[in-house]
Amino acid sequence: MEYVLSILPVLLRGLQLSLTVYIIVMILIFPVAIMAAIGKVSGPPWLKKLLHLYTWIWRGTPLLLQLFFIYFCLPYFGINFSPLVSVVLAFVLNVAAYETEIIRAGIESIDKGQYEAAKALGMTYPQTMRRIIIPQTIRRVLPATCNEAMLTFKDTALVAAIGMGDLLRSAKEVVTTDFKITAFFVAFAIYLLISSILVHLFTRLEKKFSIYE
Amino acid sequence: MNQMEYILQILPFILLGLQLTAKVYVVTLIFALPLGLLGALGKVNGPKIIQWFLFLYTWIWRGTPLLFQLFFMCYALPVLGVRLPPFVAVTLAFVLNYGAYLTEIFRGGIQSIDKGQYEAAKALGLSYPQTMRRIIIPQTVRRVLPPTCSEAVNLVKDTALLAVVGMPDILRIATQIFTRDFNVTPFVIAFILYLMISSVLVKLFGKLEQRYSIYE
Repeated sequence: MEYVLSILPVLLRGLQLSLTVYIIVMILIFPVAIMAAIGKVSGPPWLKKLLHLYTWIWRGTPLLLQLFFIYFCLPYFGINFSPLVSVVLAFVLNVAAYETEIIRAGIESIDKGQYEAAKALGMTYPQTMRRIIIPQTIRRVLPATCNEAMLTFKDTALVAAIGMGDLLRSAKEVVTTDFKITAFFVAFAIYLLISSILVHLFTRLEKKFSIYE
Repeated sequence: MNQMEYILQILPFILLGLQLTAKVYVVTLIFALPLGLLGALGKVNGPKIIQWFLFLYTWIWRGTPLLFQLFFMCYALPVLGVRLPPFVAVTLAFVLNYGAYLTEIFRGGIQSIDKGQYEAAKALGLSYPQTMRRIIIPQTVRRVLPPTCSEAVNLVKDTALLAVVGMPDILRIATQIFTRDFNVTPFVIAFILYLMISSVLVKLFGKLEQRYSIYE
């Protein structure tokens, strides 16, 4: 028991990093994904092609590969980001690709009548999007988005692969240093606790938003 | 040497990585699919203790990162004295992880089948195993095909995690060549390789889904 208390600070610091990365990433992906989704739905053909290429590549290749590429290769081109920035960049690009497709499907599922009604009311396209379409889309994509958010939380463990001291890496280092696997069980309990909390939060969020469905 | 010669020189090594990736992929699917089916059946109709155990299993294996489970198999088990060969350890981690997701997918599929099917089967005098085998599971297969195919495509990308536990898959070999030659070409090749594989799988599974959904 004392042992658990002694290793807890190390693990909690790792958790702090995991959560920091997670929150920053989750905040950043929404503007990116919404704009990309709108671009895919109603942008000029070259933009549609470009975005299609983006989602194809970023969803078709492993996150770890993208992380390695941004972290190891960009310095070779002279671009030197701090580890945190590289990690956030890789995650945002990856998760935003998935989220773009989710939001795009949501936008395309909105009845065309909404656009017609907005036009009849004299709204411009940006106004239609901002006041009519996107609010409805958000409600529809919430389940898929929450699912993606859960997966992203578990993916934050990947930063351990590039040497960042997140929860997983801290646990591994304690295990290999002390040659006791207790740290793994503590980390495991922390992960389960956080994902259960997230599941609970997202379920409540979904319930709140689906009162009209 | 020019770029083309360099690519041809490193390609065999990267394809060696593809070999390991493919092995882990196929073996994982071979074991995870039956595991998912058994788990789903157990959850739907097993004794309470099995249901409780399976609930714990899916909660734990879906609630923690795959990388964490891989680390556990590769670094924690040896501390406990369990020394598995590397391939077995990683494949076990993948099978248990994907088995948990597939259990939930199949369970959702089974529970979505109309109760009337069970009643009709009972009226026809079919026993429970017969009902499952001849009526429910065939219908379930069609319904769970899209999410299952989605998981199968995700598996290809998750095999990249093998690089983190030191196994020579595509990503690790590409990284090694990069650090040795300080040239980004291996990464570009790895990107293209993964992209091709996932695109081919997506197309294949799309065709499979189309074939099976003719009655929906």
